[in-house]
Amino acid sequence: MTTPETTPALLRVRNLKTYFVTEHGTGTARAVDDVSFDLYPGETLGIVGESGCGKTVTSLSILRLVPEPPGHVLPGSLIEFEGRNLLALSAPELRAVRGNQIAMIFQEPMTSLNPVFTVGDQIAEAAIIHQHVSRSAARARAIEMLRLVGIPDPDERVDHYPHQLSGGMRQRVMIAMALVCHPKVLIADEPTTALDVTIQAQILELLDRLQHEMGMAVLLITHDLGVVAGHADRVVVMYAGRVVETASTEALFERPTHPYTEGLLAAVPRIDAPRARLHAIPGQVPAATAWPPGCRFHPRCPYAWEKCVAEEPPLLETGTPGHGARCWLVTEPERKVPQR
Amino acid sequence: MRLGNWLALFVALVLAAEIARLLRQRATRRERWRRFFKHRTTSWGLGILAFLVIIALAAPLVAPFPPGDPLGIVDLKNHPPSWTFILGTDVLSRDVWSRLAWGARVSLGIGTLGALVAVSLGTLVGASAGYYRRWVDAVLMRGVDVGLALPRIFILMMAVALWDGLPFAALVLAIGLTSWLGTSRLVRAEVLSLREREFVVAARALGAQTGRIIFRHVLPNAAAPIIVSAALGVGNVLLLEASLSFLGIGVAPPNPSWGNMIADGASTIYTAPWTILFPGLAISLVVMSLNAVADGLRDALDPREEAA
Repeated sequence: MTTPETTPALLRVRNLKTYFVTEHGTGTARAVDDVSFDLYPGETLGIVGESGCGKTVTSLSILRLVPEPPGHVLPGSLIEFEGRNLLALSAPELRAVRGNQIAMIFQEPMTSLNPVFTVGDQIAEAAIIHQHVSRSAARARAIEMLRLVGIPDPDERVDHYPHQLSGGMRQRVMIAMALVCHPKVLIADEPTTALDVTIQAQILELLDRLQHEMGMAVLLITHDLGVVAGHADRVVVMYAGRVVETASTEALFERPTHPYTEGLLAAVPRIDAPRARLHAIPGQVPAATAWPPGCRFHPRCPYAWEKCVAEEPPLLETGTPGHGARCWLVTEPERKVPQR
Repeated sequence: MRLGNWLALFVALVLAAEIARLLRQRATRRERWRRFFKHRTTSWGLGILAFLVIIALAAPLVAPFPPGDPLGIVDLKNHPPSWTFILGTDVLSRDVWSRLAWGARVSLGIGTLGALVAVSLGTLVGASAGYYRRWVDAVLMRGVDVGLALPRIFILMMAVALWDGLPFAALVLAIGLTSWLGTSRLVRAEVLSLREREFVVAARALGAQTGRIIFRHVLPNAAAPIIVSAALGVGNVLLLEASLSFLGIGVAPPNPSWGNMIADGASTIYTAPWTILFPGLAISLVVMSLNAVADGLRDALDPREEAA
């Protein structure tokens, strides 16, 4: 949408490191380890990866919602929103950003709503906190938001409790809650994972529509490449707490460079391909307390050679601008021979 | 008993029954309150409590004699129940019914206020311990452990000994301040599990501050156990007051409380059993009614029932 070269980034994440001290202090889980990316105004940036690769911790770190202890964001990390480092803000300053400028929606609409309050009260909450509106004005805002997210009979639904709504409706309510203050950035952490496929499509379309109407930037965190393909402008692929590839959505799908991205794409069932067993990346994401030496993907990589074990590659520029991959294959493409 | 007293008593009975009936009738409109009245005992409990509260409030109307004055020390002592003295008189020739009515003020007052102090304090301490965890939790809960290890009666006796005759407010405070320990543990356990729920993270992501999160998001979800523990707490405080008064360190005579009525009547239990039967009955009735109401409240406030 917006060209990255001309506009300054709205949200700049640089060298983000979020570590967790494991119980009894026996180890450190490096859940997010040196992650950098930019989010430009109005765009949708997808963050993709398997479970346990650090996507959610990244998103929680941005609003400093990582439970401390056991988690902590290391000094040297930078999360800059409109020129201010969120990591250096005082608690009241941070609260003024949360829900107001940067809002978040969560994976589980069943548990992310408070069961003892009406959805109207919950939607109105951010408006009451940040804009100090009156109760009646807040209620009117809640009804307006419910209408905006496509809930039928908003005048009636505003007084309903979460348990009276279906999963898809609850996710709509979550979105209404997040957007009530017209945030500039919306962080959507697996917004459709808990929903069934038809509802998924509706929710994502709703997010697209609202994004265009409100002109906000969306950080879309998902493990579903199909979601990314349809809704993200650019993609960051994460593996083992690191960014392993970053590219525009087209570039990523046309020319995946990192073997991990390749593996993820091969694992997606395709309607236009001959029927065959789906590809699976062998093995699992290693434990965050003991990342492998060298390239963290090498134990599962079909092309790995000695250099991959010995030394971790930096994020290397591929031919296309804005397309980088953390893989030695960028410099030595002739090595792309499956070893197994 | 004069005609006026009988009339007042009759009105009180009718009023209590009517309150219970009205509440029950209105309750059928909302699912939650329908669950509250699911058990028949709940309506009875509510009716009995309403009756006793009305008696306490209308003590000057329903009680024919002053509660503290001996009526005739020679011929009216330990008088069995009659039309004039419906519940008899005690060893100091005071009308038991009048003392019971006036004593309801003191006993129910101490019960309610004491339980209020206890539950507020217990909720505050439990919520802080459960929400902040770490050293706050450790300090508060070890304090509670120590408090629970000390016998409550002993602490109260020391307090009374220091003061030499407690005024009403001090007695309420003393009882309240020694009765919150159980509630705090209960609330802490609830808060510990609630604080990990996703809607708490969601509230933080909206920019809510800690106080708002605790009081608006966490505690309302723990309302069921808190309210039930308050209802049961009233009964406990009532019994505690009775035992303190029985030991002679509670409500100072000649002011009647149900506890010191039992204490006064203890010596004549064989010759004039009515002197301790009726206050004992009143205490049992309140405690049983509160238990019934608490049962109903628990059913009404359980979110799991709501989801079903």
